[in-house]
Amino acid sequence: MSNLIKGKKHDWETVIGLEIHAQVKSNSKLFSSSSTTFGSKPNSQVSLVDAAMPGMLPVINKYCIEQAIKTGIGLNAKINNYSIFDRKNYFYADLPQGYQISQYKHPIVGEGKVTIDFKDGSSKDIRIVRLHLEQDAGKSLHDQNPTKTYVDLNRSGVALMEIVSEPDIRNADEAGLYINKIRSILMYLDTCDGNMQEGSLRADVNISVRKPGDDYGTRCEIKNLNSIKFIKQAINYEVKRQIEVLEEGGVIEQNTLLFNTSTGKTRPMRSKEEAHDYRYFPDPDLLPLVIGQSEIENLKNEIPELPDDRKKRYINEYNLSNYDASVLTSDKSVSDFFDSVIKVDSRLKKSSKIVVNWITSELFSLLNENDLEINNSPITPENLGKLVKLIIDDVISGKIAKDVLLEMFKTKKDPDKIIEDKGLKQVTDTSLIETIVDDVIDENHKMVDQYLLGKDKLLGFFVGQAMKKSKGKANPKILNEILKEKLSKKN
Amino acid sequence: MKLDTNTINKIAKLARIKLSEEEAEDLLKDMNSILDWVEQLNEVNTDSIEPLANISSSILPQRKDESSDVNSSDEILQNSPDKLEGYFAVPKVVE
Amino acid sequence: MEFKSISQLKSLLDENKISVKEIAETYIKKINENKDLNIFIYFNEDKIHDQVKETENLSNDNVLKGIPIAVKDLFCTKNMPTTAASKILENFKPTYESFVTQKLIDQGSIFVGKTNLDEFAMGSATNTSFFGNTINPLSKNNNPLAPGGSSGGSAAAVAADLCLGATGTDTGGSIRQPASFCGVVGIKPTYGLCSRWGIAAFASSLDQAGVFSKNVTDSSILLEVIAGHDQRDSTSSNVKIPSFSKNLNSDLRGKVIGIPKEYTVDGISDEINQVWEDAIKSLEKKGAKIKHISLPHTKYALPTYYIIAPAEASSNLARYDGVKYGYRAENPKSLDEMYELTRSEGFGKEVKRRILIGTYVLSAGYYDAYYLKAQKVRKLIANDFIEVFSDCDFILTPTAPSAAFSLNEKQDDPIKMYLNDVFTVPASLAGIPGISIPYGHDKEGLPLGIQLLGKHYNEQEIFNAAFALEKDYE
Repeated sequence: MSNLIKGKKHDWETVIGLEIHAQVKSNSKLFSSSSTTFGSKPNSQVSLVDAAMPGMLPVINKYCIEQAIKTGIGLNAKINNYSIFDRKNYFYADLPQGYQISQYKHPIVGEGKVTIDFKDGSSKDIRIVRLHLEQDAGKSLHDQNPTKTYVDLNRSGVALMEIVSEPDIRNADEAGLYINKIRSILMYLDTCDGNMQEGSLRADVNISVRKPGDDYGTRCEIKNLNSIKFIKQAINYEVKRQIEVLEEGGVIEQNTLLFNTSTGKTRPMRSKEEAHDYRYFPDPDLLPLVIGQSEIENLKNEIPELPDDRKKRYINEYNLSNYDASVLTSDKSVSDFFDSVIKVDSRLKKSSKIVVNWITSELFSLLNENDLEINNSPITPENLGKLVKLIIDDVISGKIAKDVLLEMFKTKKDPDKIIEDKGLKQVTDTSLIETIVDDVIDENHKMVDQYLLGKDKLLGFFVGQAMKKSKGKANPKILNEILKEKLSKKN
Repeated sequence: MKLDTNTINKIAKLARIKLSEEEAEDLLKDMNSILDWVEQLNEVNTDSIEPLANISSSILPQRKDESSDVNSSDEILQNSPDKLEGYFAVPKVVE
Repeated sequence: MEFKSISQLKSLLDENKISVKEIAETYIKKINENKDLNIFIYFNEDKIHDQVKETENLSNDNVLKGIPIAVKDLFCTKNMPTTAASKILENFKPTYESFVTQKLIDQGSIFVGKTNLDEFAMGSATNTSFFGNTINPLSKNNNPLAPGGSSGGSAAAVAADLCLGATGTDTGGSIRQPASFCGVVGIKPTYGLCSRWGIAAFASSLDQAGVFSKNVTDSSILLEVIAGHDQRDSTSSNVKIPSFSKNLNSDLRGKVIGIPKEYTVDGISDEINQVWEDAIKSLEKKGAKIKHISLPHTKYALPTYYIIAPAEASSNLARYDGVKYGYRAENPKSLDEMYELTRSEGFGKEVKRRILIGTYVLSAGYYDAYYLKAQKVRKLIANDFIEVFSDCDFILTPTAPSAAFSLNEKQDDPIKMYLNDVFTVPASLAGIPGISIPYGHDKEGLPLGIQLLGKHYNEQEIFNAAFALEKDYE
């Protein structure tokens, strides 16, 4: 796939790097013991430390360190045995200390990489520069009062992992795949809940364009995007804008941009501070963080099967395509569901593609219609496995299976029970089918004559009539065979 | 002279301290003499010396992930010069 | 009525010869009689009576039961407002009690008030306070003297007998130098021995709480109370605190005292050198051996300190922005204007000077040349001490380059002011404990202090040596 974009004058290449902020899934904040629960009353989860009261001091949360290390392992990255917490100094209403505790020169995690998979079966590595731990800021509300900005410090001090990529991304789709991949790794590791709506996962996007082969162009940074859809929209808009500016002979100014989700446009932040000078220096309230090799090894042992490993397993064991496998594994709960379904019966393994289809098309459409997540599916993996087994054993037809699925969804009942109660079992008894076929032939003399004169298409009509009589329960294969045989005998 | 008025004003802006012209003049003089005076550190050879950030030789203590603080928002807002509807209030910011 | 010491007053109390209430009333009276010294930023008789009620019925096992203590107004206290001697903390009422003051409360002490200091502990004369100068109680003949600083109010409170002990903080000499100026005992323990939790920060890697008292024994009692590990301070040491007072021992036989040649500096009066000489002789007489040592990077300590401390302060004081507490400028038109006016009107000149210096040395392009360089030199200074402590038990030096100076002296040259800390700053940078005790006088009869420095966590060693020297003046 070519990544070049046709401009009016020539082709352009887009260069994108992402800074993902992922909230560590912890009970308490990075340097204080206030709760991290989302959506609480304003300023109700604020400790003296979070409010930067005089004389208050940070004490680090061990669990957050462990989650950062695990995430680093999941990103195939180097875990640094020695890291330092620095202060990043700047003034803002929702930054009570006047500095953010972050990591600058010595982050806890160094270089790594993740792989993204395309529909055509190909894949690409995106390099990770680093992951570091830092405090989240509070929240400023600008529209609650005509003359004031309100500040809520509930988020202030919540632990974030900032994951910085190399500028290896070339278009909006890759950016989407990349953030999806990171999200999926985080959720497999359970180090972040991945909830983009609540802001647990958000990204700053750095974008520049260049003529192929040139050095990097001047980049702009779009701040704080919290959905993959917006990330893609923002990138596409910004790339177009930059190309237009350059082709009209203008220059790109290095800028911090905001994306307006209703207009779909980017614009420079108005409160653009005069050139930032963050004056990073080691936080003298904290000591260097030293992590022993044995601690890293212990955490490695806690790492579950990750999406890439699971994808490989699906390809090897179930013969799924690279793309199918990557779609299935990208959401851990879907993939876990699939694994449970497959386990229901040893024969399902060979029919894994059917299982995938029943999950990703039939079950998903029911879930979507009812606004449910797979974790809340009324149909258990066990019951779905049973249903698929009924299909491959020819106990019911695929068509009836859809009705059964709907019934299962409504009643949470076992499919065997539904079939039993409603008498939906497929008819494979040849004598019974023969009787039905005989009736159909008797009742449709004219049609039979036309068929015999060469109108082969009418076979479908007879199948339909017979199915109707069997209330859809006749085994289509057997029905077909008997019909053809009986019709040919009429000749 | 290390600093000029322009630099002083830039630093003051970074530190969010408004200086009158008089104050800036005064500080310029003081800061230049202080900076000249600390220059003497350049006499010291510090090649291959590790910077010392904190004298403590112990390792960074780590706490358990327990949420235990039970401060009410009233307590947190109590000393604020401007609080409204449970929030800290500041002059309106246009982003 | 005058009480000589904590131990004496405690005995009187234990023997029922005096009550907590009577003690409190005695000190309230003294404080009221000495208001002109401007020692207290906060003094409220009702608050003292409240504490009396809470303390009266405590068991006498509480080692500080009823003992009047003055608290430097940098320690956050629940029952009294806290200002750090700054306008910017106007009306600030902490909802929490600092670790150190809580320890004192737990042992039954009575806080007589919050003492004056240099604004945010930045100064050496208690003359940068928003609440005006404190006057050294030893001043004579209409020549008001500085009490030293930054913990000048606490040192003066002990010297004027307005309490029997006081808390202080020492970042570059802020306990030891005022102790010397006011003729009292003051100890800055090892960095990390007392928790910094609840003390408004000046320079985090240097700030250390300590105490003032009338004699060495009382200081050892007080330090024992306020020292100890605190999980809420990541730099707090997890070491066992010895019973300093019970272990006091004036026997110095076999001890080796280091006399650093670099502490003989130009412009120091003969009187100070004489006092130093006398102390050396006295220690020798008591059985200690003298060793001449060298701390080669001493002269770089002050410039190192005046980079590191302002750098940390510039960041530590960023939280005073008019949003969460304290002063806010009136009618600001924007958020930035609110910050700029609040901080411009709320901070005094010296604090602004240090914030700006600190901002500059951390700023892009200057970090390596100033801040990083200073941290490296700090390492060399710390190494100097480690090296000499391999062959000596403690170090003896003068505490300050002069006796208390006149408040009328012009103080407009900051570097000249900074030189007050020349003998105290090196120990601060190295994080080692130091104690100042009064030892002799200048020709005008003003007290001069002598400083003992020890190894990390070896407060006992310097207490013992100070205890021995103190006997020369009993």
